[in-house]
Amino acid sequence: MPTELQHGPQSGAAIAVRDLHVAYGGTRVLHGVSLDFTPGSFTALLGSSGCGKTTLLRSLSGFVPVESGSIIVGGKDVASLPPEKRGMAMVFQSYALWPHMTVLQNIGYGLKLRGATKAEIAAKVAAMLEFLGLAGYENRKVTALSGGQRQRVALGRALAIDPGILLLDEPLSNLDAKIRMTMRHEIRAIQQRLGLTAVHVTHDREEAMTMADRLVIMQAGRIAQVGTPEEVYDRPATAFVANFMGAENVLPLRVERSEQGARLSAGEATASLANGVSSALPSGEAVAYFRDDVARLDASDATSTGDLIVPGLIAARAYPGGVYRYRVEAAGRQITVDDANRHELGTKIGLRIPLQRLHIFPASEAGTIAA
Amino acid sequence: MIRLASTARATLAAALLAAFAFVLIGPLANLALWSVAERWYTPFKLPVTYGTRYWEQVFRPTGDAMASLGTSVWIAVLTVVVALALSIPAGYALARLKLPMRALFMVMFLLPQAFPSVAIYINVARVFYQIGINGTVFAVVLVHAAHGLVYSVWIAAAAFAAVDKDLELAARNIGASPLRAFFTVTLPLAAPGIIASGIFVFLESLDEFTGTFFVGVPQVTTLPLLLYNAAMGGNYQVASITALILLVPSVLFMLFIERFLRADVLAKVGA
Repeated sequence: MPTELQHGPQSGAAIAVRDLHVAYGGTRVLHGVSLDFTPGSFTALLGSSGCGKTTLLRSLSGFVPVESGSIIVGGKDVASLPPEKRGMAMVFQSYALWPHMTVLQNIGYGLKLRGATKAEIAAKVAAMLEFLGLAGYENRKVTALSGGQRQRVALGRALAIDPGILLLDEPLSNLDAKIRMTMRHEIRAIQQRLGLTAVHVTHDREEAMTMADRLVIMQAGRIAQVGTPEEVYDRPATAFVANFMGAENVLPLRVERSEQGARLSAGEATASLANGVSSALPSGEAVAYFRDDVARLDASDATSTGDLIVPGLIAARAYPGGVYRYRVEAAGRQITVDDANRHELGTKIGLRIPLQRLHIFPASEAGTIAA
Repeated sequence: MIRLASTARATLAAALLAAFAFVLIGPLANLALWSVAERWYTPFKLPVTYGTRYWEQVFRPTGDAMASLGTSVWIAVLTVVVALALSIPAGYALARLKLPMRALFMVMFLLPQAFPSVAIYINVARVFYQIGINGTVFAVVLVHAAHGLVYSVWIAAAAFAAVDKDLELAARNIGASPLRAFFTVTLPLAAPGIIASGIFVFLESLDEFTGTFFVGVPQVTTLPLLLYNAAMGGNYQVASITALILLVPSVLFMLFIERFLRADVLAKVGA
């Protein structure tokens, strides 16, 4: 593991983004984004491609001009400043290492700009390489390095200038799966040790959840939800977030509220919820989202005991390991369910769905999900 | 049957190769033969006497050939300087900036090629006479540079377009000014393409004839003009030797292109 850097820990800077509008050649990409980044926090911007997460990062770094709104760093609005005056260091998806320079020249570039002497640069780069587990690589050509090594050099180049803010633009997406796992932990550990404010763009849900203390889910140029990984995963604010966080099964429901609580029905299947739990539920036509591991396969005539039992037919079966994964046709929908037991195709079953684990939204909202 | 087909294919390939070699090497062999022929006249299929008399004549330090070689190289160097001074900023702008009339700019640089050059050069010569620069090296350099810009701007634009914009942004991101990023990152990475365009302009200038003829004669005598005079005067030996000298830089350039220029730069020429 990396050793301690000589200059020791430093503190990250706070960023406050206010009502940010960004357009690319006439197309509005960000529609008024407001977001706060506390010093030393690790925030992941998560969303499907085209949601504006990369644009948000690039407008923070100054690569994309801002239409209106402000980006406040250290009490100063930097939205109109050029990239070199913002004090943020970025790690690029493509690494963007300069192929005509050695590792030493790449990492030392920012130090040279700041007027460091040759000896100072050599010492600091050596310490940085030691820190990154690449000791003695100074005179290698960056083109001769492996993907993981290039990633570390790119990280070293960004860290060498002691930035208060570290921007990560899908830095792990070009690495193979095994190195990606290691780099997740390394980047997180470095960020914690140096106390940097990190903003990480990714479309990989697991990567965002394992690295960040806070997720920002973006949808079509707006923020859909901000919260800790647990909050976003367990209590999605919108149908889009629920779907994006992996609750991909969709079940249309009807909710009827009464004095005692609420009655949920999907086709002929019905179940009731007590008043306390049901108060947050919408009334009328609704859509429930749930993950593959929520429902169970049961007998088609099983008793409800508070769960929703939806009759269905097994259409397909796969074995990804550990459990069987079934595709079940129920309530006119294709639903994916994990179950430990093996069932034959074509079997009539009852889909047992615990009500507490459903994410229920009004049917009107469900239409906003991009396919 | 298969053997017959493969024999036929091999024969055809050999025949085509021989034809290609003849087309390529035939004229060169003729030049080489003429350059060492001291006496050669009609009924004879080959020179009557061989010798290096004309080579000595051409390479004599006081000879016309060396003087015009000097003039040619001097003009070519100045032309490269002028062309690069314009094509580096122009190429960068065309590759990077979102100019509204990008296509129009590209066409503008192409336009001089669209008209018959003689018609253009006659007018240029008229204008140069009026402002009194006809017959100067400066005038010839201007004409050569205008001609060379067509290629050098296109090649420079391709070379800059082949440099990933993120490489430049990475430099800006950690504190480099736009100019600093350009000179430490973009320009070094585009250098092979820029150098190639410079060599191309150099070669174009070296064997440019029409423009030099109209704006340079009689004060400025470049190598192609000397060749023309020698050939018109019936001195095929001097003309052949001059032509062979002109060939050397072209071959060196082809070797450079083959060795240093990346395919992705070549692919972006004119794009």
